[in-house]
Amino acid sequence: MTITSPTKVPASVLPARTAHRAPKRASRFKPGAGQQLKGGPFAYIALTVVGIGSLLPLYWTLVAASHTQDEVLASTPPFLPGDRLFHNLDAAWNQAHLGKAILNSFIVSSCITLATLFFCTLAGYAFAKMRFRGRGALMTGVIATLTIPPQLSVVPLFMMMSDLGWSGSLESVIFPTLVSAFGVFFMRQYLTEALPYELIEAAKIDGASNFRIVRSVVLPVARPAMMVLGMLTFVQAWNDFFWPYLALNQENPTLQVALGQLKASYTPDESIVMAGGLISTLPLLVVFVVFGKQIVGGIMSGAVKG
Amino acid sequence: MATSTPTRDAYAPPPPKKPASARRQTWRSRLWRFDDKASPYAYIAPFFLVFGAFGLYPLIYTGWIALHRVEMTGLDQMEWVGWDNFDRILHDSEFWTAVSNTFLIGVMSTVPQLLVALGLAHLLNYKLRASTFWRTVILTPYATSVASAALVFALVFRADGGLLNWALEFVGLGDTNWANGHWTSKIAISVIVIWRWTGYNTLIYLAAMQAVPSDLYEAASLDGASRWQQFLKVTIPSLRPTILFTIVISTIGSMQLFGEPLLLEGGTLGAIGGNENQYETLSIYLYNYGWNLGHLGPAAAVAWAMLALLLIIAAVNWLIGRFVRKSAV
Repeated sequence: MTITSPTKVPASVLPARTAHRAPKRASRFKPGAGQQLKGGPFAYIALTVVGIGSLLPLYWTLVAASHTQDEVLASTPPFLPGDRLFHNLDAAWNQAHLGKAILNSFIVSSCITLATLFFCTLAGYAFAKMRFRGRGALMTGVIATLTIPPQLSVVPLFMMMSDLGWSGSLESVIFPTLVSAFGVFFMRQYLTEALPYELIEAAKIDGASNFRIVRSVVLPVARPAMMVLGMLTFVQAWNDFFWPYLALNQENPTLQVALGQLKASYTPDESIVMAGGLISTLPLLVVFVVFGKQIVGGIMSGAVKG
Repeated sequence: MATSTPTRDAYAPPPPKKPASARRQTWRSRLWRFDDKASPYAYIAPFFLVFGAFGLYPLIYTGWIALHRVEMTGLDQMEWVGWDNFDRILHDSEFWTAVSNTFLIGVMSTVPQLLVALGLAHLLNYKLRASTFWRTVILTPYATSVASAALVFALVFRADGGLLNWALEFVGLGDTNWANGHWTSKIAISVIVIWRWTGYNTLIYLAAMQAVPSDLYEAASLDGASRWQQFLKVTIPSLRPTILFTIVISTIGSMQLFGEPLLLEGGTLGAIGGNENQYETLSIYLYNYGWNLGHLGPAAAVAWAMLALLLIIAAVNWLIGRFVRKSAV
């Protein structure tokens, strides 16, 4: 295995390294100290290879989106972006209702994110700091819902949406995803550790109602975690494919549905399809470059069970 | 929500000139107690209401629909047919192809993915320059949607003019029709899954690794354990619950594979998982029955078959977990 190589650190280094281990950077999302040995050149080489593998398909999307299909599929494909990007973006925009799809994606993702933040913070706070009958069992129920794939309920969901008159409309995508079990779990984890009981007690002694406590004590403490949960939820809602693909139609798609239809409905021009892919990925890549650190920290803190 | 809003108003401090009467006090304290008792339920209610309406109820209702004939053309007409739908799919060889495809692609994507993630997490656990940069880069594919990932990989795995065939040409291995072959198409789909999810699992492992107490490593190195031995004897055992967790999550994820096979070739081939259903997954099978052919009854039966498979997998996971725990003692 490739993992062995960086282990060839001289044994004499070991105690010294642990002795003057730098204190971990103060970030709420980093769990306790671990093994902290310096990575050798091998680690950098391996990470560079994996990093290139991670980014190459995205780069290839850009290259393919900026050439004609013939150039992309030629016996020697191009390696640098060409000059047809705007032409292809324009074509994708017109062929697949992309303008409407972007707007729809923003509406759907924003609604889902706001609702998830509101409901999951409340529920997470209740599970973290309030005592009530059935708390343990209900929390187990929340976690259990994490393991149910959406496939199991799409058929009746589709019929329900038709009954409600929401067939093909954005409500049918928004409502089933208003809350998330992961969000409840995530906020509970965070608030259990970050919110001291003393703060709640003090507010109670001052005569604050429970909802008042949520507003003036819980929300300020929860804000960093809500930021992270908000970004994770937005990414997920933006990228969701299965249910929107079944529920929405060509006239009123989200971006992902439009992309799927671009490829599925007629003989597609690969360059135009890639231009659509670029449009769908770019907003999230920007979010990722700006907030990468918080998102990484969020996934890592959501994963630690306790 | 509704229960807590009025109570909040009730707590507004009384105008300072009016002294609070005794009667008012008891009213207040009763409200107070009600607020304390009801608030937690009010806070968790939205989750359970939404989940009940759009998750649990449809899940159970699926079983009822599976016993009926329902067509896409007339959603409000349900005709009782008993076990016919189950009969139909269980005697369909395509269903069993889909089951085995789902299983094979699941194994082919989960095992390498988690092994690589474990190795990467180990590397990232070293003190590195720009560690956040590396973590972000490795996580970037997570920001890509199934659709865009599947579309760019469709281009990479294309038979004519695909990037991969062009690269393989140099070693004389070009001309593979990836989507057409039984194994090659499954490899292609697994690669998409591995690409998107390895970074995510890496971070989960990394978080768990950082929670391992460093004295364990110090003790091991004092006992003369090499770094490789430490990885095997300290890191892996400490990560056992996390590893089980990722196996469960990835297994459930692989049950859901839909966009990757649908868009690998696109068009009508995508909707049936290739000309010989060589990469048709259960989700594609369900979609094809319900949304292409318009028979929702069998589609619901497929959903319940998936539920049964999930339960079997859960039981196997549980047994393996028990076995691993026992053998570790």
